[in-house]
Amino acid sequence: MSYTPTLPAKDFTLYGETFSSRFLLGTALYASPQLMRDSIVQSRAEIVTLGLRRQNPNDRSGDAIWDFIKESGCRLLPNTAGCKSVKEAVTLAEMSREIFDTEWIKLEVVGDDYNLQPDPFGLVEASEILIKKGFKVLPYCTDDLILCKRLLDVGCQVLMPWGAPIGTGQGLLNRYNLRTLRERIKDVPMIIDAGLGAPSQATEAMEMGFDGILLNTAVAKAHNPPLMAEAFADAIDAGRKAYYAGLMQKRQTASPSTPTIGQPFWHQQ
Amino acid sequence: MINISLNNEPKKIACDTLLSDALIQWGFGEIKIAVAINSEFVPRSTYTDRRLQDGDQIDIVKPVGGG
Repeated sequence: MSYTPTLPAKDFTLYGETFSSRFLLGTALYASPQLMRDSIVQSRAEIVTLGLRRQNPNDRSGDAIWDFIKESGCRLLPNTAGCKSVKEAVTLAEMSREIFDTEWIKLEVVGDDYNLQPDPFGLVEASEILIKKGFKVLPYCTDDLILCKRLLDVGCQVLMPWGAPIGTGQGLLNRYNLRTLRERIKDVPMIIDAGLGAPSQATEAMEMGFDGILLNTAVAKAHNPPLMAEAFADAIDAGRKAYYAGLMQKRQTASPSTPTIGQPFWHQQ
Repeated sequence: MINISLNNEPKKIACDTLLSDALIQWGFGEIKIAVAINSEFVPRSTYTDRRLQDGDQIDIVKPVGGG
């Protein structure tokens, strides 16, 4: 009898939309628009993040990036990166909704320039305002349980706690908080957003039961971004399968895996 | 003429200029953009009604790669 894996093929649902891929990819920092395009393809991502910035009308250098993003067919997740107040974040979200024709917003309210740590108070306030305006808010937040509960209270249906500060590549800095979050908030999709540097770190997050991974720098700044995108995609799949399969319990002492009964060369003393 | 700021650059423009006319004048006519004036979002549907005022701070943004 052949064995059939029981991993659900499609079970990643955000604001009512179901996705096959649990990898959300950023579109900044690539050495060329072509590398960004190839990385999106190799990542198998179905959601990409992007932003809005002031630009001179005569500067068309960013047009290729935007054209490739449109061609990718991915769902767009615009961000409010760099916004330091509720007012700025709400205004940029409204501009994003018009220009990208989507109610989805990756909400960022920066509380500190040094580590780009999200401002928890501003995040809750901005989330509440935007949800009342019809937005589907995906908040980039810290791993603080109470903050996450408040974000759910105001209507967020997805949470995106950080693994580490943006662009640091340090991996999962606070495993206790992340495990507590997953333990206490079981039924809401949670995506680890930012701070991951290696595919193994993405696997670990997925093994902990997180639902997806969002990152940018680790792929864009690799020597070979498309290959790294594929590595992360495989790592995320592996972690999800491991979570479903169920990890063994750790033990303090060794335990032989090969049967001890029938051990040759053993003689009763 | 009035003094305004366009993406943090000082500019002069004729009194009572409509935002829609200003955007064409500045070269944004055919480009996918979004606009805020004095940090308030200005919906595209209102460009032809909005007259620029002295001291207005205008932000015009375009899509860029983002994380």
